[in-house]
Amino acid sequence: MKIRLLPRITRWHPIATTLILAGTLAAIARFTYGLGATTNLSDEFPWGLWIGFDFLGIGLAASGFTIVAAVHLFHAKEYEPIVRPAILTAFIGYMLVVLVLILDLGRPDHFWHPLVMWNPHSVMCEISWCLMLYTSVLSLEFAPIVLERFNILWPIKWIHAISLPLMIFGVLLSTLHQSSFGSLYLIVPNRLHALWYTPLLPVLFFISCLASGISMILLESLVFSRGGRDLLPTRLRANLAKVIAVILALYFVVRVENLLARGAWHELTTVTYFSLAFYAEMLIGFVIPFGLLVVERVRNSRRGLYAATLMVVVGFALNRMNTAITGLESYPAQTYFPSLIEIFIMLGITALGFSAFSFVVKHLPIFEPVVATPRVRQVAVTARPEPVFLTRHGGDLESS
Amino acid sequence: MLIDLTLCVGCNVCQGACKEENQLPPGEEKYLSLTAYTALSKYNDLYIRRMCQHCDVPTCVSVCPVAALSKADAGPVAYDGEKCIGCRYCLQACPYHVPKYEWSSTKPRIQKCKFCAPRLAKGLQPACAEACPTGATIFGERDELLLEAARRVSAEPTKYVPRIYGKDDVGGTSMLYLSPVPFEQLGFDARLGKIPMPMLTMSALSKVPNVLSVGGVMLGGIWWITNRRTEVAAFEASEQKGETPRPEDKP
Ligand code: SF4
Ligand code: SF4
Repeated sequence: MKIRLLPRITRWHPIATTLILAGTLAAIARFTYGLGATTNLSDEFPWGLWIGFDFLGIGLAASGFTIVAAVHLFHAKEYEPIVRPAILTAFIGYMLVVLVLILDLGRPDHFWHPLVMWNPHSVMCEISWCLMLYTSVLSLEFAPIVLERFNILWPIKWIHAISLPLMIFGVLLSTLHQSSFGSLYLIVPNRLHALWYTPLLPVLFFISCLASGISMILLESLVFSRGGRDLLPTRLRANLAKVIAVILALYFVVRVENLLARGAWHELTTVTYFSLAFYAEMLIGFVIPFGLLVVERVRNSRRGLYAATLMVVVGFALNRMNTAITGLESYPAQTYFPSLIEIFIMLGITALGFSAFSFVVKHLPIFEPVVATPRVRQVAVTARPEPVFLTRHGGDLESS
Repeated sequence: MLIDLTLCVGCNVCQGACKEENQLPPGEEKYLSLTAYTALSKYNDLYIRRMCQHCDVPTCVSVCPVAALSKADAGPVAYDGEKCIGCRYCLQACPYHVPKYEWSSTKPRIQKCKFCAPRLAKGLQPACAEACPTGATIFGERDELLLEAARRVSAEPTKYVPRIYGKDDVGGTSMLYLSPVPFEQLGFDARLGKIPMPMLTMSALSKVPNVLSVGGVMLGGIWWITNRRTEVAAFEASEQKGETPRPEDKP
């Protein structure tokens, strides 16, 4: 697995190990001393960095349902090679979020309560259900890859039999909880800053997760390649980039239109902590990448795409952190900065995610095309040689 | 309970009685905390007593994922620490910043005014109402208290602002306030409307069944249509090569 032309993190292993160790120590401290002593959370600021991280993890894992929907429900079969990476990304993303949630809960020993004690009025209850069900769906979608590796084939047939309803269910669950993360804040109109609070929060959360999910999978397809070959041909990458650009534009229009309609744009005419945060997220995450992605040369270049999708992901992170932290600092005039322990736990868990990803990629056929999927040879757009898809037995699929 | 700010002299007896009833460490406290379920804050010459409002449509009850908080018909919003998962959504959502969290504990719970539910069950008044020496806090049926409040306001319109706080605020609360100055000057959040906060999330949650049913049909339909399209495309491709004999029902 080689990364060409792109910045490469050297000494990844020692860094990851250190971060995971530090995170583990921080987690032990959190469980021994309680939340009060180890975090900067308070009665006035009960949710902080970790909730922001949950939003982020879930949003970036949106690739799981978008790509599955595109390939298996909308039959965009040519994107088959990124289905497995997308499912893996989603699976790991959700696992990390569950981990963070358990650390964040005051009573982790009660984490199963939402399953038996319902409150249909609670967004949080809906989210716990969706999270749990969707993680099960993801496990089922992921299971064949593992089972294949160990040559246990009989359950695969069984999973294939239910795969259509399973995928539809997964897409619906994702739609629901991706937007519900936004709904969480519908109940705090008095606390959340007007630049972020809007009744459209669930809609905006959903639209932006589509862009970030696809950007994430594009980033992965650029960073990882199989034996020096690209995962996706340039043309397909450029197509996905177009989709992202459209989603970004849609988000921008809805968001700005809503700001104007609610009169909240007044907040933008003065330079404040909040308006700066808003401009930062909009420029980095939406305006500039859109400007880049409408240029064909950028869509066809690896570096250009890398930069644009990275910006989408960073801007997305800013947006979620702003909603979860910055926007709430306006009331009751509280400031919050995460404690070192909060930060270490988050970094440790992130490192754990990356390590798990590269471990799985090394040992399971993630970046390999599925055997016997017919593919049409693509016309080269750039001078770079187009990938030739190999079956696991070394034959060239396209010529067979 | 009806709290008439014009009668409150700031003696803090209510807090003392509350602490005794709930076996909390004694001592005067200015803000709500784990050890003060009620507290007096001072605005110029006025004292205002804060506590859980025991809302009629409580935000905290609606957000709690495990129904650890519940509203009793008699009024009290009760908390069950055995159910609570410690997600702190109630702290985030309560429009009056009432619930307090045992941050220093490894098995944290929520603490807030319990409306002396055990006393009410015995037919007694809440400890604070019983202790209040001036009658600034009185206890009774909500309807009767509303009438009493309206009577006081109309009897002395110069003494009170013409508003019974809690009558319809956030959908109505069990605590009703009368004040000589506008409530915004007393630290009440002017941005809270009359619509119960839970309606805000309900509008989103009520769409869940729609998303599931309509979305399910739509996705299934798209699968069906696009699937047909690939079949047609495959058929046409094979036809061009002339590999398969032309069937009767050509698309
Ligand atoms: S004041 Fe807050 S804690 Fe009390 S019932 Fe209303 S929402 Fe719940
Ligand atoms: S902290 Fe406890 S009582 Fe409050 S919303 Fe969460 S589970 Fe319910």
